[in-house]
Amino acid sequence: MILATVGTQLPFPRLLKALDRIALKHDLRVVAQCCEVVPGLSIEQRPFVAPAEFDELARDAAMIVGHAGIGTIIGADRVSRPLVLFPRKASLGEHRNEHQLATARSMEKREGIHVAWDEDQLEALLTGPALAPLRRGESPTRAGLIGAIAGFIAEAAPQR
Amino acid sequence: MNRCRPKLLAIASGGGHWEQLMLVRDAFADAETSFVTTMPGLAERSGLTAYLVPDCNRNEKVKAAQCALKLLWLILRLRPDAIVSTGALPGFFAIAIGRKLGAKTLWVDSVANAEEMSMAGRLARNHADRWFSQWPAVAEAAGAEWHGAVL
Repeated sequence: MILATVGTQLPFPRLLKALDRIALKHDLRVVAQCCEVVPGLSIEQRPFVAPAEFDELARDAAMIVGHAGIGTIIGADRVSRPLVLFPRKASLGEHRNEHQLATARSMEKREGIHVAWDEDQLEALLTGPALAPLRRGESPTRAGLIGAIAGFIAEAAPQR
Repeated sequence: MNRCRPKLLAIASGGGHWEQLMLVRDAFADAETSFVTTMPGLAERSGLTAYLVPDCNRNEKVKAAQCALKLLWLILRLRPDAIVSTGALPGFFAIAIGRKLGAKTLWVDSVANAEEMSMAGRLARNHADRWFSQWPAVAEAAGAEWHGAVL
């Protein structure tokens, strides 16, 4: 089963229609968290999936396909599944600016993240050889960020 | 000189912004923390409880006003010493309101913004005591601090 997600904020019909075509052609099962249902598709669509259930579906999935959202990336990392990103394009009215293209460019070289820049690439990734999964891991710089935030909070403490 | 345990308001919109807040939650260990988010069920998934405010973005003026009013009420009630947000627009409102009411404020721009600061982040600049990007090149170009990234 392939789990697809468009995130919690905006619909993304271009991704869902592409997945529907690919699923029909290659006889794949896709479950899609869709924000808004796109009529006339054969894939299973659910506008909203509660966080705990999403994690369960992700564990059952062979791979996760999603918009290039950070919640999607962190979610796939949590269950160590391969993640295919299909970035939204502001030029097509899919978001307010092109930060998803920037996110995809910045994440593309990481193990377990595979970017499909168009529908042909999407089909190739979904039907080609098995993809490397994300490895659950600490970012090497996360500790530094946590330390800086903790330091800021400590300095804000009122003095007795 | 002794310091009391600080009261912290940690706020992030549901989705990736909240996920990033959870990835840095060890930073809140020594604070008395109240969490705020926009989506039911999220905090509970991490074993926490959170106040809920309406979600909003730059295209939704009425929801934005409702969100800001609810945050004003919350901040007046909670009187945090510090406010930390990983975005998005509701976090900006919390920082802008909180600072006027005497809190120290920190904006951490989302790791999604790999090439330039977010719009809400740019708005937050004039209301945040500290202002971080998670990308060194973005921090340098924008004049923000860089200390690391969640991913």
